[in-house]
Amino acid sequence: MRCDYSCRSDDHVLSRRGFLGGLAGLGLASGFGSFVNPSAAAAMAKGQKQMLVIWLAGGSSQLETWDPKPKTETGGPFRAIDTSVPGIQICELLPQTARHMHRMALVRGVNTHENDHGKGQYLMHTGRAQAPGAEFPHLGSLAARFLAKGTEPLPGYIHITPGGGGVGGKEAAYLGPKYGALYLGNGAPPANTARAGSTTPASDASRHDLRRHMNDRFANRRRTAETEAYTTTYEQALQLMERREVFDVTREPAREQERYGSHDFGRHCLLARRLLESDATFVQVTHSNYDTHNENFAFHLEQLGEFDQGFSTLLDDLAQRGRLDSTLVVVMSEFGRTPTINYLYGRDHWGTAWSIALAGCGIKGGTVVGKTNAKGTEVVDRQVGAGHLFHTYLKAVGLDPKDDYEVDGRSVQIADPTASPITELLA
Amino acid sequence: MNLADPTKIHLAKDLVHTRPLVSCRFDARGRFVFAGSEDCTVQRWDLATGARVALTAHESWVHALASSPDGETILTGGCDGRLIWWPATAAAPTPIRTIEAHRGWVNAIAVNKEGTLVATCGNDRMVRLWSMADGSLIQELPGHPKVVYQVAFEAGGRYLVSADINGLIIQWDVLVRKEARRLDAAKLSKYDAGQGVDYGGVRDMAFSADGSLLACSGLIEASNPLGAVSNPAMVLIDWKAGKELRLQRPKEDIKGVAWGVRSHPDGFFVAVSGGTTGGVLLFFKPDQINEFFKFAMPNTGRGLDLHPDGVRLATAHHDGHVRIWAMKAKPTA
Repeated sequence: MRCDYSCRSDDHVLSRRGFLGGLAGLGLASGFGSFVNPSAAAAMAKGQKQMLVIWLAGGSSQLETWDPKPKTETGGPFRAIDTSVPGIQICELLPQTARHMHRMALVRGVNTHENDHGKGQYLMHTGRAQAPGAEFPHLGSLAARFLAKGTEPLPGYIHITPGGGGVGGKEAAYLGPKYGALYLGNGAPPANTARAGSTTPASDASRHDLRRHMNDRFANRRRTAETEAYTTTYEQALQLMERREVFDVTREPAREQERYGSHDFGRHCLLARRLLESDATFVQVTHSNYDTHNENFAFHLEQLGEFDQGFSTLLDDLAQRGRLDSTLVVVMSEFGRTPTINYLYGRDHWGTAWSIALAGCGIKGGTVVGKTNAKGTEVVDRQVGAGHLFHTYLKAVGLDPKDDYEVDGRSVQIADPTASPITELLA
Repeated sequence: MNLADPTKIHLAKDLVHTRPLVSCRFDARGRFVFAGSEDCTVQRWDLATGARVALTAHESWVHALASSPDGETILTGGCDGRLIWWPATAAAPTPIRTIEAHRGWVNAIAVNKEGTLVATCGNDRMVRLWSMADGSLIQELPGHPKVVYQVAFEAGGRYLVSADINGLIIQWDVLVRKEARRLDAAKLSKYDAGQGVDYGGVRDMAFSADGSLLACSGLIEASNPLGAVSNPAMVLIDWKAGKELRLQRPKEDIKGVAWGVRSHPDGFFVAVSGGTTGGVLLFFKPDQINEFFKFAMPNTGRGLDLHPDGVRLATAHHDGHVRIWAMKAKPTA
């Protein structure tokens, strides 16, 4: 349902930053949203926090990453290796990442009760189970809405995918489409951001002035979330045109590109660094594909080889350039993979006992929270769900997950009210 | 005279371990069969008595097995990167020698016919030549850009071939220890852009008895690598010309991978397929595209070897069985 802004009250004539509300509050509802509790806004003033999510699409195996069980019935052929933190071991497929364990935290007791790709993706992106008639914003949209200052030249939520590009909107749910994701398909810059060769800077500026004038007239009478998103997109596109070189990783010295790896994921991690250094608020990099029902070990060997190089180099750079303290890094999937190894050397979907990894802003490095049993078939200590993780992410970047957001006259807590942060992880 | 009649194949012996198996090999004198297991052991069965002994020194699974020509030594290569020499016939075998052969998995081992050289290949993209006598490294043979799955010595012994996940085969001159030429079995490989993975490659190789052909087994038509949708196949290479002779594949739709292939002295090749269709033995004549006979097994196949008698086959299975098949008429009771 459309959000009608035509009342033109002072409350609703807002700057970009002040623009609250959106398209589809809790699914089909509409209306304005705002912080009931101003603490989140106050937190914003403390300084710019950023987020980086590495999404291992398809469901990476916890046994081949963060919670190895070598020489057990379920352990598979890979061994565990020591890390930079005595007593913490991870899978031998991650030797470079192991050097960063003092910066990282592992959550080994994740139970999301979800083995479906789509539902698992929704759950891990929103911190809430998918339910009919209710839509909640993705982590990236919340970051774009509540962490961004509004003056950044880049969109608040940028998602680097191995596949197609484009502009999303549905991820933002009740926050409104302008907090949706900008997708950089295969790391390519946004389409049509180069000024046509036949257009001079002066004539281009003149055309935009005319567009703005007409937009303003229209907005005075028929302002909607869609028109707001449209206007915002145009203005962001203009800024993107000015900063188009940010998306071009080939501007990096050859040595830098080599450090990240010659594969797409390495290139995308380097792009993520450039975007974060250009003050992008939230960057997600998807690495595909870990849905290894067949030959789990050979495919994890291949995929994690890329991950280990790109991810560890990115962590190195964020740390050395002083950005890690203000950047929350999360490595997650829609679920883990079965401890049982099937007859195809594969592992299947498994939301019962799996792991994620965090680093950076607000996170206590060298921490392991949660434990699975010897075969990894169940969580035996400090079980947490997606809601707990979501609370933790928000808390780590200085947002209060219990803050309410007003949607169409109703207060909605920005994180699942039945969950709470994993305090052991927080610095 | 033909040694074997594949159309009369029947189960001669069923040897059972408690955990899934990943590989199998007869010793060169045919007294024992060895099998690598998902419990990181290598199981040895005495073919005469059925007695089972575990070889326990690896810290990971063992995909690579080879016998010395005299059958007295068994070599095992593990996903722990180790190459271990064992006394094949000892009552309770313990390692004679252990070396760190590769960074990552040892995928295959081959021993030359004189029993002096051992070739190994691994996930570290390397092929290495070792002294059988003392385990010293003789030569490192770099050249493969990706994971190397198989090595085999040609019948004359001068050349070694190695094959990788992309279907690249490199022929090495063992005498001068240099690359001699490259062969192509890329039909067995695929890069799936949607899933972002390399898949397939040469999973096993076998030279024909007369040395004129090289059979490479693997898969084709991998429309969904992560979901195990592919068909077993073999690329048959004319060794002298260095060119593909033909692609061999099952007549009917079988989903799986041809994990192993062996050359039979009677002139045919036998391949074992494992996958969603289950375990299937496929018998191919070199001049035909499709198999002349196929045989469905009770469980998915993961490994294959031919007994020195030319009659028996061993197959390793996910259900923990090594099945010994006899390619001759079943004896009447």
